[in-house]
Parts: sequence; C-alpha cells; structure tokens
Amino acid sequence: MNATMIRTRKLTRHFVVKKEKVEAVRDLDLHIESGEMVALLGPNGAGKSTTLRMLTTLLSPTSGTAEVAGYDVTTNQRGVRGRIGYIGQGNGAAHSQRGRDELVSQGRAYGMSVAAARARAAELISSLDLEGVADRIVSSLSGGQRRRLDIAMGLIHAPDLLFLDEPSTGLDPQNRANLQEHIHRLHAEHGTTIVLTTHYLEEADHLAERVIVIDHGRVIADDTPARLKADHAGDRIMLTFDHEDDARRGVAHSLGIAAPAHVEQDGARVLIEADGGAQLTPKLLLSLDGAGITVNSVEVARPTLDDVFLKLTGRSLREDAAIATPQSAITTSQENAA
Amino acid sequence: MSTNLITDTATVFSRELRPVLRNPFSVIFTMVQPLFFLALFAPLLPDGAGDESTLQWFIPGIVVMSCLFGTSATGSNLLYEIQTGSHERMLVSPLSRPALIMGRALKEIVPMFAQAAIIVVVTIPFGFRLHLAGAIIGLLILSVFCLGLGALSYTLALASKNQEWMFWAVQQTLIFPLLLLAGMLLPLDGGPGWLRALSRFNPLTYVVDAERALFSGEIATAAVAGGVVAAVAVAVVGLLIGTRAMRRA
Repeated sequence: MNATMIRTRKLTRHFVVKKEKVEAVRDLDLHIESGEMVALLGPNGAGKSTTLRMLTTLLSPTSGTAEVAGYDVTTNQRGVRGRIGYIGQGNGAAHSQRGRDELVSQGRAYGMSVAAARARAAELISSLDLEGVADRIVSSLSGGQRRRLDIAMGLIHAPDLLFLDEPSTGLDPQNRANLQEHIHRLHAEHGTTIVLTTHYLEEADHLAERVIVIDHGRVIADDTPARLKADHAGDRIMLTFDHEDDARRGVAHSLGIAAPAHVEQDGARVLIEADGGAQLTPKLLLSLDGAGITVNSVEVARPTLDDVFLKLTGRSLREDAAIATPQSAITTSQENAA
Repeated sequence: MSTNLITDTATVFSRELRPVLRNPFSVIFTMVQPLFFLALFAPLLPDGAGDESTLQWFIPGIVVMSCLFGTSATGSNLLYEIQTGSHERMLVSPLSRPALIMGRALKEIVPMFAQAAIIVVVTIPFGFRLHLAGAIIGLLILSVFCLGLGALSYTLALASKNQEWMFWAVQQTLIFPLLLLAGMLLPLDGGPGWLRALSRFNPLTYVVDAERALFSGEIATAAVAGGVVAAVAVAVVGLLIGTRAMRRA
C-alpha cells in the first residue's frame, strides 16, 4: 500500500515575463505515497498551480524530474495521463454539452467501452446528486452543480491518483462544505491518493492529512495540520482589563505563570501565545484574581494554519489581511518558536 | 480496451458532433449569411437568377461559401472551451494530440454536407439542375478542404487563447479577400490582371472551380484535378500545423 505515487527531484519551472526570468517553482523535492491526502497550501502565485500543472503533464519542467503514478512526466506523458484524474480550476464539461454526454465521452477518452462509460456515468451522477441536471446543457447548471460535475468528470476512470486545483474557489460556504464532503468520502472509501492546491486554510485544515506549505516556489513546511500548528504557533489567550494599568500589571503577572509564552500588551488588552491555552487560562484567571487584578473578559483561540503561515513567512495568507506584519513582531515570534 | 489514433479521433469527433445532433437547427444558424447571398445577391447577377446557367455557376460558389463561413469560425468553439476549462481537461486525458485536432476538424464535414443539401433543395424549384455523381465527388473534395480549414481555425484559436479578439480579427480579415479572390460571387474573368494573378495564389479558387465543374456533371477535367490538389494541400498544411499547435498547448 505504501508505494510511491509521486516523486520529484529538483523540479524547477521558470517563466519569462517581460524579459525577466521568474522562478515559479524551484528545486522542488516531493515524495507522496499511495493513499495520502495532501494539500499544497500557499498564497496566489506561490507556485502551487505550476507544480500541479507539471505533475499532470500540462506544463513541461524547465529542469529536474517528476515521476507520477510510475511514469515520467516528460518521457511518458501518455502513461501519466492514463493513470491520473485531474480536476482543474475551470469546468471539465463544456458549457455547450450535456453533462451525461460529457461523462460518456470522457470515459471513452480513457479507453472505456460505450456501455462501461454509460454505466460509470450513471453511477457518478447518482453518487454526486446530479440526477436532476445531468441531461441538461451544462451552461444552465449552477456553480455548485457544475463543480460536482467536474468531480464526476475527473473520477470517470476511477483513477488511483486525483489532482484538484483550487477545488472550491468561487463556491459559497454551503457548496464548499458539500464538495469537501465528497472529496473526503472519496479518500475514505476508495483510498484514492489526493493532491489538492488551495489557498483556503480551513480547507487544507479540514481535508488534508498532510499540508505542504509553498511560498515563492519552495516548500517551507511539510507536516500534518496538527503538527504544523503545534510546532509553529501556540494557542492565543486574549485578556481584556478595565484599565491600561491593570493590563501592565497583568503582563508582569502572566509572565510569571506562562513562562515561555510570548506576551504582548496593546492598551488595556494583553495577548498571550502559549501551548495548552485551555489548561493555562483557568490558572491564569485565578492567579490574577488573587493578585487583585480584575479581568474584564477572556478569549482563547486555537492556532490556525494562517498563524502557521504568518510565523513561517511573516505574511498572512488571508486575502483581506495581505499586508506584511512589521518585522519586529516576526523576530519576536521566531525567537519564541526557537 | 486500448485506445489508438483512430479510436481517439472517433471519440473527439462524436463528442464534437453531439451538440449538432442534439440541436440540428444550429446547422442553419451558421449558414444564414450564405442564404442571404443566395436570396439577395443572386438576383443581381448579370443574367438574373432566373437564368439556368447563372444559377449553375452561382450555387457551387455558395456551397463553398457556406463551408468557408462555418468552418473558419469553428475555432471559436475551442476558444470558448479553452476559457471555460474543458479543453484543459481533454489535454490531461490520454487522447492523442493529433486526434484532438483531427476529430474536431472532421466534424465540420457533417454540417457542410447538410448545408449543401439545403442549398441544393431550396434552389431546385428555381431551376438548379443537380448532377448527383458530380455533386457527391465535389462534396468529398470540399470535405478534404473543410478538414484543413477547420484545423487552421483551431490553430488560430490556440494561438489567440489569451486574446480572443485576435481570433475574430484574423478570421474576419481573411475571409472576405479569400472569398472575393476565389471568384465566388462574381467571375474574375473580366477583372484586371493583378486581381486574376492574386486569385491564382488562393487555394480556394481551385476548389471553387472544381465544384463548378463537378456540379455541372463534368468530372474528368483539369479543374477537378486542380481542386483535388488544392484541397489536399490545405488539409496537409492545416493538420500539420494544427497538430504542432495542439502538442504545444
């Protein structure tokens, strides 16, 4: 079962944009085993999609090698193509066609007989809740229905290895949850190896067993979501006091209790980053109360992958917070992480 | 079941054809312009459309025009599929690259046959005389031309995938000079020497001349041979550069 599914060695891709060389992917060494569920996480332009396009034969590497499902992506493209499924950022089914027709022709493209392709199409239509819309023209389907049809297209030949490029971009939260459920089931029930790219942290956190964080074309972290969070970011305890004076005393007091923590004061508020925040908080509150410092409110948050990304790169992954964090804050947190 | 160039081409061909079969009226939409030329231009020809020999001369040109308009625009379908993502999905599949261009281009032959049949049927009441054997050979030659032109249209689509306007700019810029220089609407015999010289470099001229001979029942003629050579040349060039473009896509 633990056979190698993907192995890349120094995989590199350059683009020339306005006469300047852009290194989209640099010396990427990846090893993914059969049955893994991996998310490539990174901001837009990090090199995730370029990596995926090289692994699926859509783009040839500038240098380095990649072996996918037992075949080399440069020397045996047909071999790779026959073994993998790919769900791109766009719609696999043409808008002018009917969904079921596209599923059958997709099956034919992978060498299935007409009868086998029809049977498999019917099976996928049913399991992806597409019965009502499969015989309608694709352009009349809603975004969520089209995305489920895309999944069906990618699964027609029951591939052992499935690539998904930004699967839930543009979907509303409900459709996103529904899609993630389908992907999760596919992995759980069929043991399909899944490699997906995403810039949604929740998606990587929720779906993947292994998260590979990519930034500027390089891997900067590679572990389970839980380990990444444990290693790179602590729980966050936010204490709010009535007065700034209390907060100042609170900082001094807190440092005594949560020794290795990173403590930061901002007006009447104090932020403490530490492991085991849920256990630490009651102790902290009792002790502060004992010292006669009144805490107005408290908030405890588990670390997110965004915190991890922030620690690793100094930048937030969220689009609405894409502004770089001041350099001093990064240094502090890195010192604390070390 | 294993796949090869022929099964792959059949897969792409039948996929392309399916929307046409699901909506046969689409065949008529793409031939609206040739039908207008037939209805509104033919009566202006020197001898008038009532004259049998004028119709015999004009109709084969309209059949070629219908093929030219429909087939040269077919790349826009691919352009749309590039934009929406389904072309990428096909590129990831094991379908052979030549099949991706050949299957698509071959499909153009089907609406071409249907449109030719419609043109012939609507003009017979006005005195057009059909020489069936010649017409069928004519349409087979036109099929070969169609295959090449379709491949060229898809090549243009692949080349303009990042700027859609370029596809239409090139297609619209080329289509009328090609059509006029082939003597499709008016005979070039009375035209100036430079115009006739230019028309000899237009492969479409030879195809139109061959169609005229064949639709009049003249089969074993030099014009027909010229049409065959021109159609085969367009098909070979179209498929070669089309396959190359698809491999690089």
